[in-house]
Amino acid sequence: MIDILGFTLIGIGLAFNVFGCVGLFRLPDVYNRLQAATKCVTMGTCSILLGVFLIVGFVAAGMKALLCIVFLVLTAPVAAHAIARGAHRSGVALWSNSVVDQYAEDQEGKI
Amino acid sequence: MKTIRWMTGSIVLIGLIVATLFYPLPFWFFPELPQASFLGRVMFILLLAAGLCLYRITRGPTSADRIVGVDILGILIVAFCALLTISTGRDWYMDIAIAWALQSFISTLALAKYLEGKGLEE
Repeated sequence: MIDILGFTLIGIGLAFNVFGCVGLFRLPDVYNRLQAATKCVTMGTCSILLGVFLIVGFVAAGMKALLCIVFLVLTAPVAAHAIARGAHRSGVALWSNSVVDQYAEDQEGKI
Repeated sequence: MKTIRWMTGSIVLIGLIVATLFYPLPFWFFPELPQASFLGRVMFILLLAAGLCLYRITRGPTSADRIVGVDILGILIVAFCALLTISTGRDWYMDIAIAWALQSFISTLALAKYLEGKGLEE
């Protein structure tokens, strides 16, 4: 029974990973790609690791899977934020149909 | 017209995923294990997703696209190592997963600071 639950979690995580990578492939802008890919792939990988923990049980590999979930949740948003900040500061242009750019407005108001 | 294109693409994509999961394709990932067929198919679809990441790394218009692709590819490799743990039954793949997650985070931070154009000491 718990194996079936684990494989279901692996399937859900696989779907999230695939749709995140399709967003990385398909969307028009750096920031759109970043937002689509990072959140989807982080959630999908955490789901896959939770499924692996449910399958292998309370052994060393399962505990390491839980530890890896903690590491991913802590590090992936920080990396995405750093990439977005660096891209905006290095002058990567937004998409031509973008509506608002509040980071640039903040920079102008600060100067 | 655009709506028809989007709907057609979504239906084709979901159909490809479901067909790869439930229709027996020739897999070569460890055919002697009892759960190997489902896990082999999952790994095959993950490899296709990693191929999309590789396209973004090679053909990205700016360098920020390439850094995003490298970051996402690192997280996908963590998922792949976790699947290899239950596919082969060896524990040390999870060690590789933890080490790869931390190393990917540090390298992504360094690349982002390099992209920003300032020094690393800020």
